[in-house]
Amino acid sequence: MTKQTHNPGEQEQRQPRDTAFWAEYTERLKVSEMPEDAVNLNVDGRRTVGPLQGFGKMWQKTYRIRLEGADTTPAEVVETWKENFPKFWMPGNRFLTARAGLSPGDVALINSDVPGSRWFSTGIVVIYADDESFTYMTPEGHPFSGWVTFSAFEDEDGITTAQVQLLIRSNDPLYELMMPVALHRVEDMTWQHTLRSVAAHFGASGEVKTRVVCVDPKRQWRQYKNIRHNAVIRSAFHAMTAPLRRNPGRA
Amino acid sequence: MPQAQVKMNVRKAGGKAAIIDIEGELAAFAEGVLMDAYNQASADGARVIILNFEGLEYMNSSGIGLLVTLLIRINREKQRLLTYGLSEHYRSIFQITRLDDAIATYDAEDEAVKAADGM
Repeated sequence: MTKQTHNPGEQEQRQPRDTAFWAEYTERLKVSEMPEDAVNLNVDGRRTVGPLQGFGKMWQKTYRIRLEGADTTPAEVVETWKENFPKFWMPGNRFLTARAGLSPGDVALINSDVPGSRWFSTGIVVIYADDESFTYMTPEGHPFSGWVTFSAFEDEDGITTAQVQLLIRSNDPLYELMMPVALHRVEDMTWQHTLRSVAAHFGASGEVKTRVVCVDPKRQWRQYKNIRHNAVIRSAFHAMTAPLRRNPGRA
Repeated sequence: MPQAQVKMNVRKAGGKAAIIDIEGELAAFAEGVLMDAYNQASADGARVIILNFEGLEYMNSSGIGLLVTLLIRINREKQRLLTYGLSEHYRSIFQITRLDDAIATYDAEDEAVKAADGM
C-alpha cells in the first residue's frame, strides 16, 4: 500500500458523515433544567467514564428480542425508542430529561428507589445517536463505568430485532463487591424489562436472549479511588441529611 | 448481515511495530476484519501495533467498542497500541469516549514508529 501523506488542512476540510451523530466534547457534564422534584446529584460537574476508567472486570452484555409479528423497520424502532425512552424504563426508576427524545449531548438524570434511601441519583449522557442506534455513557459515581448501545436491525430471517449492548466495568471496589450479589441481576432485569416493553409497544412479544462475555477478567486496582464519587454512598448521605435542609427532596 | 465496508492492510514498520492501515468504516461489522489484521500483525512478531486512521471515513459507537476490546487483547499479550492520522473530528471522539486516556495518538507515521522503536 502506498504510504499516505499526513495533511491536516485537507483532513479538516473533509467532514465525515458521522459528524452529526456524535456529541461535542465537554470536559464536565452540565445538567439542563429538570422537573421540580428531580434530584440532581452525582451528575453536574462530573466527568464521563468509559470501560477503560472503571475498576472491576470488564463485561460485554448483549440482550436481544425479535419483534415477531410487528410490521416495523429498525429505524422506526430506534426513533420510537429515543422518543419514548423513559416509558420503557423499569418501574421504580425515573429517567428524567430536559425535553422529549434523546439526542447527542443530552444529559439525563436517573432517580431510583433503593433500600435505605428514598432516592438513588445518578445519570447518563448520550454520546452517539443515528437512525438505527444510540449510545449513552455514564458519569463518575455511577455503578458502571462504560456505555450502553441501543440498536435495531433485521436478523437473518428478516425479522426486526431490538438490542441493548453494554460494555462496562463496575466503577469502584464497593460496586465490584455488589456485582455478583445484586448488580448483575439488576442490570439483567432492567434491560430485559426494557426490551419486553419495546416489543409490547410494537405489538410483539418474545423471549429476551441474553449473552454475557467477560472481556477482561482483570480488575484495575489503580482506579480504587473512584469510590470517592460513589453515587450510592453520596445518595444515602444526601437522604440522611435531608431533614437538615430547608427543602428536603431537592438537590 | 451487512458486509464490512472497510479494508485493512498490515505492514511492518521499524524494528518491532506493525501498522494496520484502516480504510473505510469502523462499525460492528468490521470486527472480523480488524481481528484478522491484528492476528496477522501479531503472527509477524510485532510488539507494538500502530493503527493508521488517515483513511477512516466513518466510525460509530460500536467501532469505538471494537477499539476497546482490541486494546484489552493487546494488553493481555503485553503488546502496546499506538495510533496516528486521526482527524480533529476523530480526536474529539477519542476525548468524548476517553480512549485518549489509554491510547497514545500521534500526528504522523514517523512519530508513531519512532515512539514504538523507543519502547
